[in-house]
Amino acid sequence: MAAIVVTITSGKGGVGKTTTTANLAVALAEDGFKVVCIDGDIGLRNLDVVLGLENRIVYDLVDIVENRCRIRQAMIRDKRLEELYLIPAAQTRDKSAVSPSDMIRVCDELRSEVDYIIIDSPAGIERGFRNTIAPADIILVVTNPEVSAVRDADRIIGLVEAEEKGPAKLIINRVNPGLTKRGDMLTPEDVVELLAIELIGVIPDDENVVISTNRGQPVALDPKSKTGQAFKNIAKRLQGQTVPFMQLEDKGDFMSKVAGLFKQGGD
Amino acid sequence: MAAWGKPNRQSADEAKERLKLVLIHDRTDLSQDELSTMKNELLAVISRHVEIDPELVKISMSHDGREQKLTADIPLKTSHRRKIG
Ligand SMILES: Nc1ncnc2c1ncn2[C@@H]1O[C@H](COP(=O)(O)OP(=O)(O)OP(=O)(O)O)[C@@H](O)[C@H]1O
Ligand SMILES: [Mg+2]
Repeated sequence: MAAIVVTITSGKGGVGKTTTTANLAVALAEDGFKVVCIDGDIGLRNLDVVLGLENRIVYDLVDIVENRCRIRQAMIRDKRLEELYLIPAAQTRDKSAVSPSDMIRVCDELRSEVDYIIIDSPAGIERGFRNTIAPADIILVVTNPEVSAVRDADRIIGLVEAEEKGPAKLIINRVNPGLTKRGDMLTPEDVVELLAIELIGVIPDDENVVISTNRGQPVALDPKSKTGQAFKNIAKRLQGQTVPFMQLEDKGDFMSKVAGLFKQGGD
Repeated sequence: MAAWGKPNRQSADEAKERLKLVLIHDRTDLSQDELSTMKNELLAVISRHVEIDPELVKISMSHDGREQKLTADIPLKTSHRRKIG
């Protein structure tokens, strides 16, 4: 095996990097790959709770880097999926505890043992960002269809290019089909045109993401979830498959159609 | 890419137009003011050599993928035209 290292980054905070990392890792593990995700957000660890693995942490990334444990010992195995592992971030240290070369070394050691290494980045363009892009083979930039997130994504895409790690690929998260249809939200086409990079995923804004995060059960584990399917589609595209972008349905629209039916019946 | 439909555009239109300008600035480090100063300087240099109508000159930023381009469209007043005019 020779793992592919995929780094999830964004620029603006809170756009859905950790959610995407967790769901993409789940989706790839569901496809039968051996996946390790690494929380690169040192000092603000979160991937553990999103995956529901927070109670099983013994060692973390900084323990590996500072030689207090071997990589294996810090890998928490997910009980729901055979081949999904998490290396958590340290919570009580800061980003300077890890360097870009540390990240490259950890990933290189893992490369021969797994299929995918998915790294969650902290927000911003500082040390944490440099750490997580250093070992990356593919960089996925997450954004939301709104001005500040798109602007910051453009900045990050430029930095990724400057580091010769490009071209990055784009995930547009939290698309609200109702707002888009009304003309009050940038469409995925608009965002792709502005940023001029390849699109690899479009994820709807979905309250089930919040609910599933409350439970530590990523939506990609739910076979009926459309949002889960959107993440699974990203996993397929990463594997080189061509998957059409799904039509996001507009709940408001559906309701108005139902209302229309009743009206017709009543007239 | 799949069609998300052509909605009747409103605030999203504005967002897109504003972002276009902001991204040009971010990518090139050129503000609108600097761009128009540069335009005037260019025109001054060019009109030292050939006759141009400043009103017809179009200098703008465009992009090809993520590559920024400075495009200048500068119609020249030909000597032929000058005779007729
Ligand atoms: N598609 C979605 N629909 C609804 N809510 C979402 C969606 N994606 C993310 N969220 C919510 O948005 C919040 C931020 O998500 P997340 O923590 O994944 O972002 P982040 O980019 O990792 O943030 P940070 O920059 O702080 O690390 C969370 O509360 C999450 O549940
Ligand atoms: Mg995060």
